[in-house]
Amino acid sequence: MTASVTNPAVLDINGLCVDYGLGDSAVRAVRDVSLTLHRGEVLGLAGESGSGKSTLAYGVTRLLSPPGVVTGGEVRYHPRDGGSTDILSLSPDQLRAFRWQEISLVFQGAMNSLNPVHTVLSQLTDVLKAHRPGMSRAERIARAEELLALVGISADRLSSYPHQLSGGMRQRVMIAMALALDPEIVILDEPTTALDVVMQRQILRQLARLREELDFAVVFITHDISLLIEFSDRIAIMYGGRIVEQARSKEIYETAHHPYSDGLLHSFPALHGPRRELSGIPGSPPDLTAMPAGCAFHPRCPKAFEPCDQRVPVLQPVEPGSGRTVACWLHADH
Amino acid sequence: MPEGPDAPPRDDSTPPDTPPAAPPGNDVVLEARDLTKHFRVRRTLRTFADRDRPVVHAVDDVSLRLRRGTVTAVVGESGSGKSTIARLLAQLYPATSGELRLLGEPVRAPKGRAFRAYCRQVQLIFQDPFGSLNPTHTVRYHLTRALRIHGRAGRTSADLEQALAELLSRVHLTPPERYLNSFPHELSGGQRQRVAIARAMAADPKVLLADEPVSMLDVSIRLGILNLLRDLKERLNLAILYITHDIASARYFADETLVMYAGRMVEGGDSETVTQRPAHPYTQLLIGSAPDPDRISATGNGDGTGGGSGAAEGADASEGQETAGEPPSLISPPPGCRFHPRCPMAMERCRTDVPPRFDLPEGQWAACWLYDGTERSAPAPQEATA
Repeated sequence: MTASVTNPAVLDINGLCVDYGLGDSAVRAVRDVSLTLHRGEVLGLAGESGSGKSTLAYGVTRLLSPPGVVTGGEVRYHPRDGGSTDILSLSPDQLRAFRWQEISLVFQGAMNSLNPVHTVLSQLTDVLKAHRPGMSRAERIARAEELLALVGISADRLSSYPHQLSGGMRQRVMIAMALALDPEIVILDEPTTALDVVMQRQILRQLARLREELDFAVVFITHDISLLIEFSDRIAIMYGGRIVEQARSKEIYETAHHPYSDGLLHSFPALHGPRRELSGIPGSPPDLTAMPAGCAFHPRCPKAFEPCDQRVPVLQPVEPGSGRTVACWLHADH
Repeated sequence: MPEGPDAPPRDDSTPPDTPPAAPPGNDVVLEARDLTKHFRVRRTLRTFADRDRPVVHAVDDVSLRLRRGTVTAVVGESGSGKSTIARLLAQLYPATSGELRLLGEPVRAPKGRAFRAYCRQVQLIFQDPFGSLNPTHTVRYHLTRALRIHGRAGRTSADLEQALAELLSRVHLTPPERYLNSFPHELSGGQRQRVAIARAMAADPKVLLADEPVSMLDVSIRLGILNLLRDLKERLNLAILYITHDIASARYFADETLVMYAGRMVEGGDSETVTQRPAHPYTQLLIGSAPDPDRISATGNGDGTGGGSGAAEGADASEGQETAGEPPSLISPPPGCRFHPRCPMAMERCRTDVPPRFDLPEGQWAACWLYDGTERSAPAPQEATA
């Protein structure tokens, strides 16, 4: 697992910007985000609602629905056999073939993303029909059975409708669907938020096992940073559309450099150890239509000082050569 | 009653013949005794001929007490009946059976004047501050209305202004003038929830029922709301019922914690005891499943930056078996202990008999046959470390 952080990159995001709306009324939801996903790693993307984490995922996969527009940057995908593809410049036909084959998604509120009037079988084989036109019907059914077995559901559930399955099973069907074409990257957008903790742990454990077996990279988006620390290799924390800190999960847990990451970590009461008085973070998340000047976090930051409200801190390595980056004036040598 | 032969489990500390006027400590504000709520299921063609219409056993034989100046948490997964309890206590639903006592007096106030008098004492806060405020009215309207209905608006408009300002500063929305004329959409989620709390406080209640008050809010502002509620509890000596699915926040916020599973209370006691030494196998499962960053170091996965699968597999061996299965259908709940189909320690008896409460040391109790006959020399409940 530790090696996965040094594996070659499978996805490179460079200076990505996403706006909602056009012209003067545009709201910038993702600002100049650069991020690298390595082969076979679990990258956690944490942040509060409105921090741009889901928008980033949809921007990368070009699934943004209007008025969302990618206004800048590039997203490069590196297949196993070398070369690279710029996802943002793919034609609609190329994109259609690319999506799900290389990058698949498990959507937020996956419990409701299944079509209620189709059986599990027809929804699982739909993607195969579109991407593997050569497959016969029997082959498709066999593959669907295989996929369900992968996520621990018995094959006799194939003819069920979504309402006949429990929330946890629907979630697993969604995961099976995302794995149908053996993608290199799976993006999980709040995959377990609607589930109970017991079911959540079960599903995440299964995902961890599948990831070992099938060797895909995972982008795991959630607001629950305590979950990410347990389940991901690296964590990027977003605030106001920017990545403010990026490091290995253990490093973040032990010493969070950015005051926001630190505040986020101290917003979860602990289940063990001494009972501490916790305060959360004062103030409320920024309004994207009226972002504060300088660092977006400075109005809530307990350590804000003179450059914070004027200049935007850039994401830079904490120490030269370390993989850890932070965007905060406290850690910038300028 | 769903089960004839098994008498509903009695809370040993409350014999039914206790005079209601003198409960122990005399600080119990609201008490529920053997509260049961069954919802009827719509008749379908298949069940049309049946004489007994099927019911959902949402809450069965729940007894709890809310004391002045304490926070009582009810923890359970979705569908365990915890929100139904809040609505039963607020008298929004009539109970199927069981009794509700406010300050020792039995109450049944489904509507009208009696209901309003009850509301004055017992207020409810909902989960969703986006849905619980009317988007077409200002904060001033919401609070003025609550003050007027509960007769606390005073005589003059100066009295009213003062009451409004007092309410808003009580929930830390200062200066009050800045918020009085805003509409809900101009406020953030945390501010909206504060307005909802202020509206509940307008009645000057004795009991506050908080149904998942922070689960819709951003992580960084949840603690602010919990700390506010704690502050109100201390200053106004309120009894608070805190309903949540997050057992870690119950440990942080509540003095006493009750755990629910499939419509029944399975364990209760002091929050620290319940979370550190859970007695019931379900509570142990719940605590073992909660995300816990400390587990990385606890499992000796020292340098594993990928705490991920390492920790998960480490836990697999010990609890892989018990995490199987899902909560039962509440239309036909399993006989005996409702947790027995998933319980790793299920015995023959668990399949047939409903376990009563067994008292454990330090005020803890568990409804589990494991503790039968060990009332005084209870085996040390397992440590929570998975």
